[in-house]
Amino acid sequence: MKSKITRPESLKNVETHYCAGCGHGIVHRLIAEVVDELGIRERVVGVAPVGCAVLAYDYFNFDVSEAAHGRAPAVATGMKRARPDLIVFAYQGDGDLAAIGTAEIIHAANRGEGITVIFVNNGVYGMTGGQMAPTTMIGQKTETSPRGRIAESEGNPIRVAELLTQFDGVKFVERCTVSKPHNVLKARAAIKAALQIQVEGKGFGFVEILSPCPTYWGLQPRVAMKMIDERMTEVFPLGRYKNVYAQAAAR
Amino acid sequence: MAKVIIDTRRCKGCELCVDACPQGVIAMSKSLNDKGVHFAQPARLEDCTGCGLCAIMCPEAIIEVEREEAQGQGPPGPAHRGSGARS
Amino acid sequence: MAKKSLMCGNEALSEAAIEAGCRCYFGYPITPQNEVTSYMSRRMPEVNGQFVQSESELAAINMVFGAAVVGARAITSSSSPGISLMQEGISYLAGCELPAVIVNIMRGGPGLGNIGPSQADYFQATRGGGHGDYRTIVLAPSSVQELVDHVFLAFDLADKYRNPVMILGDGVLGQMVEPVEIAGRHVARRQAKEWALTGCRGRAPNKVRSLILGENELLEHNRRLQEKYRQIEEGEMRSEAVEAGDAELLLVAYGTPSRTCRAALREFRQRRYRVGLFRPVTLWPFPSAALASAAKDARAVLVVEMSAGQLIEDVRLSLAGRAVPIDLLGKPGGEVLQGAEVDAAIEKAISMHGLKRR
Repeated sequence: MKSKITRPESLKNVETHYCAGCGHGIVHRLIAEVVDELGIRERVVGVAPVGCAVLAYDYFNFDVSEAAHGRAPAVATGMKRARPDLIVFAYQGDGDLAAIGTAEIIHAANRGEGITVIFVNNGVYGMTGGQMAPTTMIGQKTETSPRGRIAESEGNPIRVAELLTQFDGVKFVERCTVSKPHNVLKARAAIKAALQIQVEGKGFGFVEILSPCPTYWGLQPRVAMKMIDERMTEVFPLGRYKNVYAQAAAR
Repeated sequence: MAKVIIDTRRCKGCELCVDACPQGVIAMSKSLNDKGVHFAQPARLEDCTGCGLCAIMCPEAIIEVEREEAQGQGPPGPAHRGSGARS
Repeated sequence: MAKKSLMCGNEALSEAAIEAGCRCYFGYPITPQNEVTSYMSRRMPEVNGQFVQSESELAAINMVFGAAVVGARAITSSSSPGISLMQEGISYLAGCELPAVIVNIMRGGPGLGNIGPSQADYFQATRGGGHGDYRTIVLAPSSVQELVDHVFLAFDLADKYRNPVMILGDGVLGQMVEPVEIAGRHVARRQAKEWALTGCRGRAPNKVRSLILGENELLEHNRRLQEKYRQIEEGEMRSEAVEAGDAELLLVAYGTPSRTCRAALREFRQRRYRVGLFRPVTLWPFPSAALASAAKDARAVLVVEMSAGQLIEDVRLSLAGRAVPIDLLGKPGGEVLQGAEVDAAIEKAISMHGLKRR
């Protein structure tokens, strides 16, 4: 018997614009694999953010819309409310979700919209050239924090997974990373769990993925991955923060 | 018998697959592809177990992994438990 | 025979949206349009529709965007400051060519202004308002019944042209109670929406975007949009002329002030002055040709607006090259235009331009 790992059907066979070693490509593939596995390719609708993943609609082989910067959760809300039979997910970066779109993510989560949000956190604005993000780590140098981020004047990195966990409307929260193979598999399982919850009509799921930006971290891709494990996970601890249904089942 | 196939024309040379391979099967090329990068290629294919870790890490989704599985044998590698669309 | 009922403009427009098949309302409270959000919060659940009180007008317009993307009819309403916040979303709707209906029950500005009726968002509504070369179809009803009919028209035009449509009313129109007929008045003209994101079963995936990076592609996209806007200009200009045929003094007004003008017109006609009224019903596309024709024999034009001189610019553009003087009665600041003010302005025009009784 032959077993084969191939490109998922839900990922178009095209080259991405991402830099070498960028985590977006891995996350795209994971979403595509899960969509295939759940058999929802023909009823899934994605919302692409403004940021490096803005062209996600060119890579996913299913229906995808753009959204204005930060507004993906509001757009996804409108989609899901209008067509509850569709499986709707928003794909957002850290500037999109945790800076300009803070209101939209918090309120979509608090309303418990029946959508899934995939949050790719690489601590930097990639598309505009490496500026500081709300999730940039203390001391991390960026285009707009040339001396390294200073808590006193620039605040501390925002921990979105922890922030959203407190809302009753949120049913599933996990922070994972794509730093090495077993973490990628965990991220895949988290994406699957969050989408599965939506397929079952059970509410808002959120997956934060720590992802490398080798270009604007100024690191080789392999070193960037180590940086996630060694430094980023200290600020952003990995783990399943919430799964209402698993907790209910355990009780 | 396992096989790893890399679409080397689209490789951006990030080397994540090289790090991921427990058998040291994949190495970077001496030559350049059309993008002007040293691309990943299966250098010691005979050692490939088909675990799929390289494909799991590839941001470009350009690595395919094939392997023969004995009848009745459970899926051994992590890749075959989790990641990857199988045909 | 459909039944007439007494309703205020805000409630009537809400029910009209439901009659038009809209099941998605997203909005944020702001005076003087709060009756819309209240009404929709009660009514939408009764018809298995969706009501979301959004966290902001930014969110509201983007929820409309989302509902529109998946092919649903969606509406939002607000008043001036809230509409300013929506401009981002309206630009995206126009760029992505999505149908949506936006109601602006205007209040006094700039800034927070006041909650009085105003027409000060004319420029914002007719010039695009947000960034980029785009147009929004703008309808300007002057009665509660026309407001209802414009809601039907707005949904149909939005679908037909895949373009946002704005209904521009003022606080008076939103609050005013008039007899109105809604049920059975709308003949649905449903458009197939092959472009919508409904899941890619049996077809290639659809994408909706306004980011167009390829060389000359955005240029082509803009040219196509402009071509569409020309079609809208050709097909959808609407206006009303009242006793304009022999008018020496032509009043030009839209919305609530047009009613004040209509009353003044009757009075001055009784006094045998040849006064007429031209009322643009679509503010974009502005009915320039119809205005030029209505003003054919006019010796003077008086523009009456509840703003400081915005409508008058389109009147000047429409009558460019004509020697006719164009006067302005503009009342900004969210204050209701009084009949006496219009009468006085007409008297002034009569004496200034030496207009004679018939």
